[in-house]
Amino acid sequence: MRDALEPGWVVSDSLTMIGRSLRLSIRNLDALITAVVLPVMLMLLFVYVFGGAIDTGTEYVNYVVPGIVLLCTGFGSATTAVSVAADVEEGIVDRFRSMAISRSAVLTGHVVASVVRNAFSTLVVVLVAVAVGFRPDAGLLPWLGAVGVLLLWVLAITWVSVCFGLLAGSAEAANGMTFTVLFLPYVSSAFVPVETMPSWMRPVAEHQPITPVIETVRGFLLGTPTGTTAWLALAWTVGLLVIAFVAATVLFGRRTAG
Amino acid sequence: MEAHALHKSYGSTTVLDGLDLAIDRGTVFALLGSNGAGKTTTVRILSTLTSPDGGRATVAGHDVVRESRAVRAAISVTGQNAAVDELLTAEENLRMVGRLWRLGAAGARRRADELIERFDLADVRSRRVRTFSGGMRRKVDLAMSLVGDPQVLFLDEPTTGLDPRSRQSVWSVISDLVADDVTVVLTTQYLEEAERLADRVAVMDGGRVIAEGTVDALKRQVGTEQVELVLASSADLDRAARALDVAANLTEGGHLSVASDGTAAHVRHLLNTLERHGVDVATIRLHRPSLDDVFLTLTGSSTGSSTVDRAEEVA
Repeated sequence: MRDALEPGWVVSDSLTMIGRSLRLSIRNLDALITAVVLPVMLMLLFVYVFGGAIDTGTEYVNYVVPGIVLLCTGFGSATTAVSVAADVEEGIVDRFRSMAISRSAVLTGHVVASVVRNAFSTLVVVLVAVAVGFRPDAGLLPWLGAVGVLLLWVLAITWVSVCFGLLAGSAEAANGMTFTVLFLPYVSSAFVPVETMPSWMRPVAEHQPITPVIETVRGFLLGTPTGTTAWLALAWTVGLLVIAFVAATVLFGRRTAG
Repeated sequence: MEAHALHKSYGSTTVLDGLDLAIDRGTVFALLGSNGAGKTTTVRILSTLTSPDGGRATVAGHDVVRESRAVRAAISVTGQNAAVDELLTAEENLRMVGRLWRLGAAGARRRADELIERFDLADVRSRRVRTFSGGMRRKVDLAMSLVGDPQVLFLDEPTTGLDPRSRQSVWSVISDLVADDVTVVLTTQYLEEAERLADRVAVMDGGRVIAEGTVDALKRQVGTEQVELVLASSADLDRAARALDVAANLTEGGHLSVASDGTAAHVRHLLNTLERHGVDVATIRLHRPSLDDVFLTLTGSSTGSSTVDRAEEVA
């Protein structure tokens, strides 16, 4: 765009779009309920049904909550991918593009709404977890660390979801693509220690982003040593974030160009 | 608004093949053509949504590629799919667009109220658009396009898929716009729609304009009006043919067709002559060449000429 837009209007347009996406999130009640209820149900399932049979060397509820929170971000990402795909599929993005407004504002709206949705569902999950016996043993600083790592992860996974939404031709296809994000936590240390997996699967579980992120959150909340895992988690998350952000920007340009 | 030698291809498919257009301010201009003629692509290029591969276009005095932001500030587009947020209410949709047009919160609310009034949406302003019928959704879509008082409004097949009553109401909205000095560019497959709304019509086929002019001028290209007389008996038919000096081969099944300028004076003269000769006329019909005739004649001939071209190539 040769004739640029004043920064003040970019902020104003972004705020309008954030308001739009947040309002749509609240109206899209099915997705919101799914993103909150499903992880809670899974947590109860794991704590009360499977948990007794899994030996993690600690109270199972304390072990599993970080995993459930990450699982939760998977459900949240499905909503984000679907809403981005729907916007591109239906005519609304064309309307925005034919107006003299900031181009990126639509995506900013989706991303901020996604982070807010995820923060909300994570909060609900953690509150229910505390009700069923989750007792993290952490001071203020480790808590902030855990929250920081999770927020960064949510942001990264949100941009990945935006990519899915832009890649998919339809809302249904976008929903299908997020299956990968939903599946990853099961092949990680989310529910069972990696050491209990067959030897051929262990490298897969260890060398995917979810395991170090979960281990880092566990480390912060349960006081177990994090060591290099925290750096590994940071590298994965920031790497993913940067790649997904660039990819989304390119895809958005391509998807909305003639 | 002007377009000059616009070209656009997707892969090996040429969609626009040297399109030229000139549209005057404050007029309604219809792009008429069948599916795949290039109407939508033309609208997308003129509204900055797609960039042309070749050629130039200016809208409201600004180049659509180099000054796209200035163009966007002057236009609004209503595409084939209603560009509305279904989970938002009619009012919320309008206010959102108002804020994006920099009207401010209060200004956006005022403008939304005006448009709700004007489009007769007061009863449904707080209902989610998802619950609306196709016609009402289209109304909200049109209202959203008018929030920023655009100089130029693009309507891509504004009534496709609407029931007759909704079509009528969309038509009356578009007619009202002309009074506000808005330039309207609409695409349509319906000849009736172009005839009803447009000052000028461009007939598109194969990515170019094959005819352009007022509806009347296009019709004159095809043929004149005819008065069709249905006569009571074959004796009347003979008498009428003699009285009007019409060749008998123009009579057919008790009907007689006479070329006419379509004025009341000519029809009166015709009937008076027949009465003097004691001809009993049962009914009369005035047959004007419709835009259908124009369209079929024009596109038919262009297919014909391309066949000739191919034949020459082979030779």
